[in-house]
Amino acid sequence: MDGFSAELCESIRLTIELAILTTTILLIVGTPLAWWLARSKTMLAQVVGTVVMLPLVLPQTALGFCLLMLLGPHGPGGALASFWGARSLAFTFAGIVVGSVLSGLPLVVQQIQNAFIAMGDRPLEVAATLRASPLRAFFTVALPLARPNFITAGLLGFANTIGTFGAVLIIGGNIPGRTKVVSAFLIDYVQASRWREASWLAGGMLVFSLAVILTVTTINTCSRRSSR
Amino acid sequence: MPGRIEIAFKGQLGCLALDTQFSVPTKGVTAIFGPPECGKSTIARCIAGLEHLPTGFCAIDGEVWQDETTFRRPHLRAIGYVSHEASLFPHLSVKRNLLYGAPKPEPTPISFEQVVECLSLAPLLDHSPSYISSGERQRVAIGRALLSQPRLLVLDEPLALLDRWAKQDMVAAIERLRERLALPMIYISHDMADIDRFADHLVLMERGVVTAAGPLYSLQTDPASPLVVSREAAVSLDAAVGGYDGRYGLLILRVKGARLLVPAPPLAPGFRQRLRIAALDVSVSRDAPRASSVLNVFPARIKACLSLATSEVTLVLALGTGGSGAEILARITRFSFDSLGLKEGMDVFAQLKHVSLVSAEPILPPTHACTPAADSAEASAAA
Repeated sequence: MDGFSAELCESIRLTIELAILTTTILLIVGTPLAWWLARSKTMLAQVVGTVVMLPLVLPQTALGFCLLMLLGPHGPGGALASFWGARSLAFTFAGIVVGSVLSGLPLVVQQIQNAFIAMGDRPLEVAATLRASPLRAFFTVALPLARPNFITAGLLGFANTIGTFGAVLIIGGNIPGRTKVVSAFLIDYVQASRWREASWLAGGMLVFSLAVILTVTTINTCSRRSSR
Repeated sequence: MPGRIEIAFKGQLGCLALDTQFSVPTKGVTAIFGPPECGKSTIARCIAGLEHLPTGFCAIDGEVWQDETTFRRPHLRAIGYVSHEASLFPHLSVKRNLLYGAPKPEPTPISFEQVVECLSLAPLLDHSPSYISSGERQRVAIGRALLSQPRLLVLDEPLALLDRWAKQDMVAAIERLRERLALPMIYISHDMADIDRFADHLVLMERGVVTAAGPLYSLQTDPASPLVVSREAAVSLDAAVGGYDGRYGLLILRVKGARLLVPAPPLAPGFRQRLRIAALDVSVSRDAPRASSVLNVFPARIKACLSLATSEVTLVLALGTGGSGAEILARITRFSFDSLGLKEGMDVFAQLKHVSLVSAEPILPPTHACTPAADSAEASAAA
């Protein structure tokens, strides 16, 4: 095993860690955000909704650069980092988590928000007339009804983190073992003209992406069939 | 006020200007009747607290749900609310749907077994709501509302989306509930035929405004009420079974001022049976017909004459000699009205060509129908 392979293993571990953490944060943050965006009719909700969708169209490199400014030593991220004695959040694992959360947020929020909009007010009104407090109605009716979309949202968030490249590269600085993710590794292989390894890696990611899309499609078909 | 359902909502909701005020007893079934889109459902939603009109008042049996200073949120109101779509929770079985709003520590005044029996839900309990019929879904929705132990059950057009057979089952189920549970109901409908079957009180609505409210029978016979001059004018009378003529299969029914013979299966004496007599099925003659196939001919007095377009007249008739008995309606042509020289206060003979028995099951002696006007509709033992 040469140095490259050991680094690749390290990178895969890091990428999966990042994806799991990002997906968890996305679901925790995305759910209340999607709920609020689906229910509120205020101008503020419109504005927040637009900002959340921004990473969908903003070039990843631009997103990464914005984050670099925000998380660097002179931005709010740096001020935050100074609490535990660090200089900056840029080029750290925390930094790439922030980057991948922001780039995955539109996908996750949109999925969950769609589910909340599609179910309408009816189920929650019915729950209220059956003495369920808003909190109980949310957990016993809204969440279970949105379950297929949650699974889809989670999968998309996970896959997006593995696929995301530009923002993480810029904010993370591509430091092996700390912020270097698998997608960045492919570039190294190509630059070193190691086509065999590059093919394997690209092929693996292709299979993974296909599996994710297939799972999402299957879930959508099944849930549509069961909720006639 | 204890013993009353007091409702008053006034204000603009969407494009509907609502002005509704009525007070009915917390006993029996109160029907809200009106054309589609007249604001009936909006009232139901206001009572449930799903709509918030700032100028509103709503109190059930002395418990204030809304006034100038209070607004109880929907989950804090002891209401059972069922709309025309059942809206069962698709992720729960029928049984878990039924128990969703049931308070945890049993026993409750309305028990699970009682609801399952009354609404014939036993075969459905383990099913998913996606795989039962729309009529069954609607029954589950009513059961679910009942098990939340409401003080008031509001049924908003529960028959609207059902086919004819499911409708019949549903009406029978609602009649069983009315008979067995001491629970006030508000029943919203745009179909007078449902209302005639089991309502005790009636609220009439038009374009967001309550036009009349009171006991069903008195609104059906009040000359000022729009029901009297409507095409489907009819009266609903609660009669007592007085006997049975087995030779001819005729049921003897007593109402105040008359003893009716109706072809029907036998019923035990003393049972209450609701009758519906349509204005079109009643004709009038000056003299007692000597030979006629009409079984039910009674002396009556004309209480009021109301013109219906140019060709027809609706008469309010009080049965019995001297007009002391129950009131019914007769629809006749203006030609007959003029040629017989009919006028208010005149003594005539009313011929009832058809009397329909409207409840599928015998009704126990009612504990509701408590206003004097409703009492006059009931049979007196001496009649």
